[in-house]
Amino acid sequence: MAYSEKVLSHYEKPRNVGSLDKDAKNVGTGIVGAPECGDVMKLQIQVDDATGKIIDAKFKTFGCGSAIASSSLATEWIKGRTIDEAMAIKNTEIVQELSLPPVKIHCSVLAEDAIKSAIHDYQEKNGLDHDHAETSEHTQA
Amino acid sequence: MAPKLPIYMDHNATTPVDPRVLEAMLPYFTEKFGNAASRNHEFGWEAEDGVKLARKQVGELIGADPKEIIWTSGSTESNNLAIKGVADMYKDKGRHIITAVHEHKATLDPCKRLAKMGYDVTWLEPRPDGLIYADQVAEAIREDTILVTIMWANNELGTINELPEIGKVCKEKGVLLHTDATQAVGKIPVDVNAAGVDLLSGSAHKIYGPKGAGFLYVRRRKPRVRLTPIIDGGGHERGMRSGTLNVTGIVGLGKACELCRLEMVEESTRLSGLRDRLEKGITRQLEHAVVNGHPDRRLPQTTNISFPYVEGESMMMAIKEIAVSSGSACTSASLEPSYVLKALGLGDEIAHSSIRFGLGRITTEEEVDYTIDKVVTAVKKLLDLSPLYEMVLEGIDINAIEWGAH
Repeated sequence: MAYSEKVLSHYEKPRNVGSLDKDAKNVGTGIVGAPECGDVMKLQIQVDDATGKIIDAKFKTFGCGSAIASSSLATEWIKGRTIDEAMAIKNTEIVQELSLPPVKIHCSVLAEDAIKSAIHDYQEKNGLDHDHAETSEHTQA
Repeated sequence: MAPKLPIYMDHNATTPVDPRVLEAMLPYFTEKFGNAASRNHEFGWEAEDGVKLARKQVGELIGADPKEIIWTSGSTESNNLAIKGVADMYKDKGRHIITAVHEHKATLDPCKRLAKMGYDVTWLEPRPDGLIYADQVAEAIREDTILVTIMWANNELGTINELPEIGKVCKEKGVLLHTDATQAVGKIPVDVNAAGVDLLSGSAHKIYGPKGAGFLYVRRRKPRVRLTPIIDGGGHERGMRSGTLNVTGIVGLGKACELCRLEMVEESTRLSGLRDRLEKGITRQLEHAVVNGHPDRRLPQTTNISFPYVEGESMMMAIKEIAVSSGSACTSASLEPSYVLKALGLGDEIAHSSIRFGLGRITTEEEVDYTIDKVVTAVKKLLDLSPLYEMVLEGIDINAIEWGAH
């Protein structure tokens, strides 16, 4: 299978690989996918409580080159954004940016899920209302 | 010194034509172009002589009489002819066939078609070492069993099933035994009489011959095996396979068999040495890497290694200058994990991350060392990226986690 240049760039030099302290209060962790499907993504965010901005993001992914690239790109995009802005990222934007072929669209879906899952974890830890966050996502969309 | 890239490590998929094979074939394209079935002129006789020599060369490699060799287009056709041909010819005797779940698709699919047509097929499961044993076959044989079809060596694992014991069981019970020996012929000693085989499939392109040429051995004595042909038209090949003979391909197949016979001992010693070097080099540096299948009963030049917590496709991408196979080449377009590895009881996540290395006549020590280096570097990088490996290091049992559906 031929990969796009952007997928190759992320695969060869993945951005933001690593882990944040999952027990820290201002860190949200999302783990999505399943080993038997051949994809597992772990995405973490560190949020500045005062501004609601994501100040750091890390990932680790078990999966094909497109899955690695999708999660690497996701961390790049959410860094510096507010939670609401990160919530608004759509998998189709990832598909477009990486020129993913149809058989690899599920990788972008997984990356979107990983962002949302990490944000939910952060909100739950901090007693924030995530229904509100989702509502604001819809109004922005 | 770095070897020339890319490196070919997929000799179980196909092999390059040996220059000596090509040399033997060339005259049959241009000067000796006759139809081997033309009985009344020099051109035909010349072509027939080439075919006759090839029959002898193939026969010598597998311990068969030259008259017992039926030319085909390759092993897929040979398997189809053997399985469907026997099933139809002996249908009044019985309609039960025994095979195994981890056979090549060229055996599985003809058996599935027969099952649809009303035949009863028993699908044996390999033991965890990848082998089918004679006691499993003995247990499955019934009054109405007409055919057992079990491959000699498995294409993904290189494991060698329990022959000649399976042949002995079939002889005792009076059931015909077909074996797809595509991966075994030319690499390890194959003798149809010692193994009690009645039908045997082989292919030229796996043994440094051309693509599009193969054979089916059909026993003529004790018992005399009969087949209903699947291709009619002219009654070539004892009426079992009509069609003008592919003389160039057959000549190449014959020469390839001769070279394998003469060089097998030396070549298999050299290749098993390189294969062991590859395996040791990898497993010594990667503690989680596991070699699949029986450690000894396997082809000298094949190894199938699993890299847990690392995904196969990303692995292939990381070592893209090395041609290997993840799953069999026939199915690697799909994202399904290998059915052969799953049949061994390996979890999906391990079956997803297994690689077959197939060494061959052109493989050098430099290439093996380069491959070890590349694989180790790639796996280490991907382990650093793997959330599963991180969990394992933290002491979390990843099999106990309830993963979301996707």
